[in-house]
Amino acid sequence: MKPAQDKAKQKKKILRDWFFLALSLVFLFILLMIFPEKTAPVTSTAWEYFMEMIIILPAVMIIMGIFSVFISDETVVKYLGKASGFKGIAISIFLGALPTGPLYVAFPMAATLLKKGARPSNIIIFLSAWACIKLPQELVELQFLGVDFMITRLILTIIFVTIMGYIIEIILEGNRQQMNKIHQGD
Amino acid sequence: MNITVLIINSIALAGLLLAFVKNKEKAFASLKIALKSFIKMLPMVFIIIIFIGLLLGFVPPEQISRFVGEQSGIGGVFLIGLVGALMHIPALLSFPLAASMLESGASITAIAAFITTLTMIGMITLPLEIKILGKKMALLRNGLSFIVALLIAFLMEMIL
Repeated sequence: MKPAQDKAKQKKKILRDWFFLALSLVFLFILLMIFPEKTAPVTSTAWEYFMEMIIILPAVMIIMGIFSVFISDETVVKYLGKASGFKGIAISIFLGALPTGPLYVAFPMAATLLKKGARPSNIIIFLSAWACIKLPQELVELQFLGVDFMITRLILTIIFVTIMGYIIEIILEGNRQQMNKIHQGD
Repeated sequence: MNITVLIINSIALAGLLLAFVKNKEKAFASLKIALKSFIKMLPMVFIIIIFIGLLLGFVPPEQISRFVGEQSGIGGVFLIGLVGALMHIPALLSFPLAASMLESGASITAIAAFITTLTMIGMITLPLEIKILGKKMALLRNGLSFIVALLIAFLMEMIL
């Protein structure tokens, strides 16, 4: 995707978000006009959640900003490319969990790594960690759902994502071997 | 002010100090990125907050718990997992949303499934993922992630 095109798309998305916000506000006002007795509970819960978010979001954004500037894609690719075994799993999770960018940013990195010969299991683990074990996400989860929920989900996710990585690797490798056999049969 | 808020803001502050000591220009660049992404996220933050206000103000807990509560069974969890997979909101905002659902009668299983599918599966970005990583890998990752999310969700309920 060209940067200019990308920028225009971003702009469109932002405009669309503000449009939806305006729509939601109109909907909210109409609803509260019909049911004025609901105004107090709705505004007080909304305010409560807003306060809980606004005291952490700027900090979370700063943490993400720092990591995205100080840790380059090349660094991630360098460390992930040569890791193997248990250390490979640990590094995949650690690098995925660093607070940098949305998931689609990680796809090209994953593709580069696969081409360089990294294990598919590690790449799947890396992508999954990137998607759902990100440090800022864990911090917001801690804030809203508590330490027990956050830790339990984190541990379960690490276990299952690792298993999933190996299952996908076995399926992909099995497939490749079968393809090779077919080609040899020709 | 709770301990979590303190921890998060301390990490940010410490990171910022370290960044400024190491490289002033890069530190300013980080702040600029932070500000930009904050502004970009702002409308979505307000939309989610309005939604939460309406959810807790208007929808009776019995309704929510009938669909995604303790008694809703595997169907309800499957449904909320599907909603999470299809929804396209910043992952960070899934947590207040999940907290509000929990407050209004949803089960632990349901919100764990919702958060996990929402973060791990990207229907909107799936075409891009297929293009870059290949059909097989992308479909396997997203498909298995759904199953994994449901497994995690049910185990969460058993553990907590």
